[in-house]
Amino acid sequence: MSGQQYLRGNRDRSQRVLWGAAIVGFFFLILAARLWYLQVIDSDRLKELSEINRLRFVPVAASRGNILDRNGKVLVRNTPSFSVAIVPQEVKDKDTLLSALSRYLGLDRDELLQRWEKGKGRAKYFPIVIASGISRDQLEFLEENQLWLPGIDIEMKPIREYPSGILAAHLLGYLGEITEQDLEKEEFSEYNQGDYVGKNGLERSWEKFLHGINGGRQIEVDARGRYLRTLSETRPTVGNSLVLTIDHAVQQAAEKAFGDRAGAAVVMEVDTGEILAFVSSPGFDPSLFAGKMPQDVWKSYLEDKRHPLENKALKGQYPPGSTFKIITALAGLESGMIDEHTTVTCKGSYDVGKDTFKCWDKKGHGTVDLKRALRESCDVYFYQLSEKVGVDRIAEMARRFGLGSALGVGLENEKSGLIPTTEWKEKKYGKKWFRGETLPVSIGQGYTLMTPIQLASMTAALANEGTVYRPHLVKRVVDPDGRVLKEYKPEVLYRPAVKPQNFRLVKEGLLAVVNEPHGTGGAARLYEVKVAGKTGTSQVVKQRDAKMREVAYQYRDHALFVAFAPFEKPEVAVSVVIEHGEHGGAAAAPIAGTILRAYFEQKGVIKKPAAKVDESDEAEDAADRDEQKEGDR
Amino acid sequence: MIDRRLFTNFDWVFFFLVMLLIGAGIMNIYSASASYRATGLPFCIKQLYWTGGGLLLMVLVCSIDYHIFEDLSYWFYGAVLVLLVLVMLVGKTTMGATRWLNLGIMNVQPSEPMKIVIIMTFARYFSKNYAVDGISFREIAYPLMLLGAPALMIMKQPDLGTAILVILVACSIMVFVGIRWKLLVSALLALAPAIYLGWHFYLREYQKNRILNFLNPERDPLGSGYHLIQSKIAVGSGGILGKGYMKGTQSQLRFLPEQHTDFAFSVFAEEWGLLGCILLLMLYLFLVLWGLQIAGRCNDQFGRLLAVGVTAMIFWHIVINIGMVVGLFPVVGVPLPFLSYGGTSLITSMMGVAILLNISMRRFMF
Repeated sequence: MSGQQYLRGNRDRSQRVLWGAAIVGFFFLILAARLWYLQVIDSDRLKELSEINRLRFVPVAASRGNILDRNGKVLVRNTPSFSVAIVPQEVKDKDTLLSALSRYLGLDRDELLQRWEKGKGRAKYFPIVIASGISRDQLEFLEENQLWLPGIDIEMKPIREYPSGILAAHLLGYLGEITEQDLEKEEFSEYNQGDYVGKNGLERSWEKFLHGINGGRQIEVDARGRYLRTLSETRPTVGNSLVLTIDHAVQQAAEKAFGDRAGAAVVMEVDTGEILAFVSSPGFDPSLFAGKMPQDVWKSYLEDKRHPLENKALKGQYPPGSTFKIITALAGLESGMIDEHTTVTCKGSYDVGKDTFKCWDKKGHGTVDLKRALRESCDVYFYQLSEKVGVDRIAEMARRFGLGSALGVGLENEKSGLIPTTEWKEKKYGKKWFRGETLPVSIGQGYTLMTPIQLASMTAALANEGTVYRPHLVKRVVDPDGRVLKEYKPEVLYRPAVKPQNFRLVKEGLLAVVNEPHGTGGAARLYEVKVAGKTGTSQVVKQRDAKMREVAYQYRDHALFVAFAPFEKPEVAVSVVIEHGEHGGAAAAPIAGTILRAYFEQKGVIKKPAAKVDESDEAEDAADRDEQKEGDR
Repeated sequence: MIDRRLFTNFDWVFFFLVMLLIGAGIMNIYSASASYRATGLPFCIKQLYWTGGGLLLMVLVCSIDYHIFEDLSYWFYGAVLVLLVLVMLVGKTTMGATRWLNLGIMNVQPSEPMKIVIIMTFARYFSKNYAVDGISFREIAYPLMLLGAPALMIMKQPDLGTAILVILVACSIMVFVGIRWKLLVSALLALAPAIYLGWHFYLREYQKNRILNFLNPERDPLGSGYHLIQSKIAVGSGGILGKGYMKGTQSQLRFLPEQHTDFAFSVFAEEWGLLGCILLLMLYLFLVLWGLQIAGRCNDQFGRLLAVGVTAMIFWHIVINIGMVVGLFPVVGVPLPFLSYGGTSLITSMMGVAILLNISMRRFMF
C-alpha cells in the first residue's frame, strides 16, 4: 500500500467505523422504540391479556402399550392416577379448603399447609401439587364438591397397573422419570422432561414400541384458571402392545413353585425357542415403582441377601455343574473317544499327579458306562473322559450350542456366560492351561459359567437333536388398532452337527436320570408324561472350605436341573437354578417337575385336579379377556 | 511470547461488561427455569460451568497473537467445511433437523464454529485482496463461493437462523470493506427473485409457516403464531417497572416456549420492565460500540476486519433475537448472546469476545 493510499485509508477507516456505529445505533433505536410501544403504549392491553384471557398448553401423555401373554391375558396395562393441585389466588377460604382436603384425603393438615407455603412466593396462578395418587372415592368427592372448593385443580396421568400382581416382575420391568443423561441421548430426542420411560426389563428394551407419541391441548381458561374451552388438540398416539411368548399359567406355576427361594427358571418351546416362563425369584412388586415407593420396602429390597431386584434369569451366571456333562458326553462321543460300551471304574476319587479329584459319591460307583455315568452323575467317568478329549474339544462342542455368547432374547444386558479354553486362559491370565484344570470343566465347575437361558437352550437343542433356536420373549408387536407390526418367527442360530445316534445316547441317559432307580432326578418324574433331565450341583466355594458352607447361606452350593419332555416327542425344555439350594436332585428337580406338570395341564395332556375353582379368579380372567378384545378393535 | 504490555493493555472495561451480561444471564436463567421439574443439575449451574470453561478458552485465545489466525484461517475454513459435509452424510437427527456430529466423546454442531471461521476467512481474504475503490462484480465471485458453500449446507440442515447469521456477518464485512454502487444496487435487485425461488424450493413447511405467522400472527394463534403472541404478552405486560424477579406470570406458568434459551429476553422483559430492558439494551449497545472502537484503533487490515466481523456477529445476534422476541422479526432460532442458556452459544460468544480482547491488547505492537 502506498503512503498516500494509507493515509486515505486511515481517514476512510474512522469514517467507516462512525458509519457502523450509526447503523448499530439505528437498529437499537428501533428495538427501544418497539419496547416502548409494547411496554408503555400497549402495556395495559397486554397486561390484561396476561391476566384474563389466558391460553394454556396442557400436555397429554400418550398411554403406553399393554403387555399381554401369549393367550392375550393382560400382564401390564394403564390406569389413571389423579393428583390434586391448588391455585392459591383462586382459593376463597384457605382454612376451610385445607381442612376439607385434610379430612377427605386423609392427609395431615400441617403437611398440606407446608406444601402450600412452599409453593407460595411463586408466580400468580401457579398450581401447587399437594397430593398425588388419590383414590377414586376421593376423586369423586372432590369432583362433587369442586364448586364449593374453588381453587383446586385435578390432574390425571396414566400409570402402569399389573393385573397379575408381582408376576414376572423382572421380565416386565418398571418405569421411572427420564433422567437428564437419557434426555441427551439420540433415542430419547423426542422426549421431554418429566416423561416416564422404561427403566429395565421389557419396558426398557422395548421402549420405542411401547411409548407412543405425546399429544397436547391448547385450552382457554378464565381469570380463575377455570377451563373454558379447548382451542386445539393434538391427540396422543397410544403405544404399541407386546404379545409375549410367555404363558401366564406356566409362569404362575413356576413362580409359585419357587416359594421364597432365590433362583431362576426358563421354560422354552423346543421347536421354536419361544420362552413360556421366565422366572427370577424372589420377585418384587412393580406397582410400587409406578407410585410412591415406601422407604422401608425399598430398604428391604436392597438389604435382602437373595437380591430380589436382580434379574437372575437374564444376568445370573452360574457354574452349570453336572448339567454340563451333556456337553462333555457329546464331545466324547463325537470325537470317538467313547461309545455306549466304554466303561470306567469309579472308586470314589481320581488322582492326577499329586491332586485327588473326588466323585460326589465317596463310596464310588464301581464299573460305569455312559448311561450309568449320566444317571448317577458319576464324576470320575467324566474326569477320565475329559483327560482323553481335552478342554478345547469340550469347549468346541459347547460353542456349537452357542454357549459362551449371549443368545439375544430381546432384553438389554444379557450375559454371555463363559466357556474356558487354553487360548482364553493365556489371553486372560497370561498363563498356560494346567492339566488339573480340565477335570473340573468336564463336570461344569472351575471357570465355566452359564445363564439359565443358555441352560434351557442347550437342553432344547439336545431334545430336538440339533437346532439351537433364538430364545425369544416377544411374539408380536401389535398397534393400537390391532394390526400386527412385527411378528417374531423361530430363528435358527446354530446347528450343532452331532450324529443322531449320539444325541440319542445322551437323551437315554437323561431319561434314566429321572425314571430309573438310582437316578439322581427322580423328583422331576411325571406319571402321565416321560420326562428326561439332568441334575447339577455347583460349588460356590472350593470343596476344602466345606465347613463354611454349613454355616453361611451365601456359601452353600447352587442346585440346578435341566429337563425336557415328553421324551418321545419333545415339546418343552426347562432349566431351574436354585441359588444356594445345595442339591440339584432334591431342590431343583421337584420345581422342574411342577413346572412341567403345569405346562402339560395347560395343554390338556394332564388333567387339572378338579378341586377348588376360585370363582372370583375366573370372573377376573373373563374381564381381562373382554378388555383385550376392546383393545384389539 | 507473553509480553508485559499485554497485561497493561488488557481491556478490563470490555471484559467486565461481558461478565456483567453473563451474570445477568445466569440470574435470568434461574428464574426462567424455576418452574421446570428438577432433574439433574439446574440450568443456571450448568451455565456457570460453561462460563468457567469459556473463561479458560478465553485465556488461551488471548495468549496467542491473533495474526496466527491469518495464516490458519483457510485451514480452519476447510476443516469446518468438511465437518459440515460430514453432518450431511452421517449427522445426528433430532427434532427433524440434522445439525450434530457425534465424535464419540462429544457431539459438535459445526455450524456454530462456522460463524467465527467465516469471519476469519473473509478478514483474511479482504486483507490480502484489498479493494481500494470498493468491491466490484469481478472481485465478489470468489468470496461468494466461500460464503455460499457453508451457508447452503447450514440452511439444508435446516438451521435457518444460523445460515442467516453467517450470511449477515459476511455481508457486514463486505460492506465495511466497501461495495461499488453498481454491485450494491444489482445485489438488492437480485434479492427479490432469490427470495421467490428460495421460498418455493428451499424453505421447509415449518419455516414458511413461521414467516407467514409472523406477518399475520392471528393466522395460527395456537401453532407457531402462539410463540409470538405469548412473547409479546410477556414483554408488554411487564410494563415500565416489570412484575418483579421470579414473579413473571407468563414465564412461571410456562406460557413461553424455550423460555430459558431463545426467549430468555421475554422472561427478562416481563420481570424487569422497560427500565430493565433499556438498561440491558444500553449494555449491549456499549458492548457493540466498544467492539467497533477496537476495530477503529487496530492498525492492520486483518485485525480490523476480524474485529468488525466479530462485532457484527454479536450485533446481529442481539438484533435478531430481541427483534424476534418483540415481534419485529419472524421466529428463527437465534440465541441472545450471554443471556440465553446454552453452552454452544455462550462459548461462541465468549470466543468472539476473546478475539476482540486479543486485538485490543495488541494494538500497540506495531
